[in-house]
Amino acid sequence: MKIHEYQARDLFASYGIPVEKSILCRDVNDAVKAFQELDAPMVVVKAQVHTGGRGKAGGVKLATNEIDVRKHAANILGLDIKGFIVDRILVSRAVDIESEFYVSYVIDRKSKSTILMLSREGGVDIEDVAHTTPEKIHKIVIDPLIGVPDYLARQAAFKLFDDIKQVRAAASILQKLYKLFVETDASLAEINPLVLTPDKEVKAIDAKMTFDDNALYRHPKIAALFEPTEEEKKEQKAKSKGFSYVHLGGEIGCMVNGAGLAMATMDMIKLYGGNPSNFLDIGGSSNPTKVIEAMKLLLSDKDVKVVLINIFGGITRCDDVARGLLDAFEQIKTNIPIVIRLTGTNEKEGRELLKGTHFHVAETMGEAGRMAVELVK
Amino acid sequence: MSILINKDTRLIVQGITGRDGGFHATKMKEYGTNVVGGTSPGKYGEKVSGIPVFNTVHDAVNATNANTSVIFVPAPFAKDAMMEAADAGIKLIICITEGVPTLDVVEAYRYIKLKGANLIGPNCPGLISPNQSMVGIMPTMIFKEGRTGVISRSGTLTYEVVYNLTENGMGQSTAVGVGGDPIVGLYYEELLELFENDPDTDSIALIGEIGGDAEERAAEFIKKHVTKPVAVFIAGQQAPPGKQMGHAGAIISSGSGTAAEKIAAFEAVGVPVANEPSEIPQLLKKQLLNR
Repeated sequence: MKIHEYQARDLFASYGIPVEKSILCRDVNDAVKAFQELDAPMVVVKAQVHTGGRGKAGGVKLATNEIDVRKHAANILGLDIKGFIVDRILVSRAVDIESEFYVSYVIDRKSKSTILMLSREGGVDIEDVAHTTPEKIHKIVIDPLIGVPDYLARQAAFKLFDDIKQVRAAASILQKLYKLFVETDASLAEINPLVLTPDKEVKAIDAKMTFDDNALYRHPKIAALFEPTEEEKKEQKAKSKGFSYVHLGGEIGCMVNGAGLAMATMDMIKLYGGNPSNFLDIGGSSNPTKVIEAMKLLLSDKDVKVVLINIFGGITRCDDVARGLLDAFEQIKTNIPIVIRLTGTNEKEGRELLKGTHFHVAETMGEAGRMAVELVK
Repeated sequence: MSILINKDTRLIVQGITGRDGGFHATKMKEYGTNVVGGTSPGKYGEKVSGIPVFNTVHDAVNATNANTSVIFVPAPFAKDAMMEAADAGIKLIICITEGVPTLDVVEAYRYIKLKGANLIGPNCPGLISPNQSMVGIMPTMIFKEGRTGVISRSGTLTYEVVYNLTENGMGQSTAVGVGGDPIVGLYYEELLELFENDPDTDSIALIGEIGGDAEERAAEFIKKHVTKPVAVFIAGQQAPPGKQMGHAGAIISSGSGTAAEKIAAFEAVGVPVANEPSEIPQLLKKQLLNR
């Protein structure tokens, strides 16, 4: 789950990580008031959206007077950044910067652990740095049983700073950020950039955090920050019924049991020249109620012209699945052609039951894909 | 022969008095898995399908000499269950539970390693050595004893591939579902090595999906260390970036972890990649004939 920069800044501040004073604004007048209240020689006006690349999109501007604050706020509010419309801006004190650094904790699949990433190349896209000059990024694997003790924090901070005072300041930030990371079940906690000011202070001037969806149940305050997009709302609704759903936009609706098989089904449709409308995993088993709910979800998408049902009958045998499908479709009245492909235990018996019905019955995934694509035409 | 589990596997089921734990304990026992006990705190003395229930994993191990454990407890308790098993001296821990917080897995995994044990999962269907032992939730009737090893990040897609293998006369030595989460225990490299060293495995089917770079590392590993024929299927070519496709680990982030990169990595080291799961048996047979 993503949160906004201003929300991550609040979390940083509550863990004692130094951030500049800032005020969240929803309109131009708020921004002007914020500028007056901050009483700073220079402020930065920043778009608050759930995506990166704000600077390049014109969503981050400096201002030294009210006229500029008003102008930038007006330009940034309503801006479309990668499909996200800016409805909030953050007005923050701007600091003079001597040098910029990169710091993050992230879950690393390879080491099966949290890693600390550090670089003296801060304030730029870290993926570009990783691509062009990977030697400039330091990675430290954190042992979850000991966390980040003083020595390790110092060792890491020396990768960024040479002066011992700055090393100590940075080490403290690294420890606090780790504490925040672990205590909130984050999947990413990033400071880019961490800056050194001309008066030798170390500060975070940006804050980015994402969180592990599986752990939100134990962080109600963070879960409350969830702001779903329209698409995510639909996905959430599906999730509450035990489905995983992702909208893709094609014309062949897919209903599959199992995530891997659901992805393979989408790929199959594409392989045969069609476009899958969605990813939909209805879970390991498939009972009539689930099928009915899933069909409602698929049919709510008006672009869907054909539905492909691909079920692997394992512990639930195919003949039982077929009976369930027949039950379900007695209750759903639809003119949309349905292709069904059943495989697994008792698949022949299952297919036999579906013969002579309005279903298009396929034997293999390939055949099902071809049939569905053909029916769209 | 087989890898990881066989006739000597002595299994306990953590969470055996729960709905899923009880159901699958019974299924495993029916298949012939040597299920020696189960645990559920406070339920000592009860029986589930004739399987004795203990309060703690320690008690269960002391009474039954169990060496393997399978976990069905709800996600908030899975970390504790994994650590309890490791602490009790269990050497192979299989966690079926879906939705376990990632940092819980990170911590449990580290502890399990310290104790010299191995983890499979979480969020996995388990594993099977046909006709010997099944640990997990796999539909046993589609499997057949044979000489192909199967490694997969998925559940039903594994069954799809296995079903095709069995239909084509290719039985399985062992099939392992490693789990769909970003952090799970045993993975491609460890399992490829086990299959490479298993005298009764002739060929290996690997089923990957989008997210992370484990497939790329597996391709490197195969190039260096695997002499047996391998065939691969990768799911998720149509997955949009930034979207989690069911499995918590199946997500393309910052343009990396795509199916195209993974397919290219295998093709670069001469490992054939199937367009459809049903092509896997032929891709393996072709290589076996040419050896």
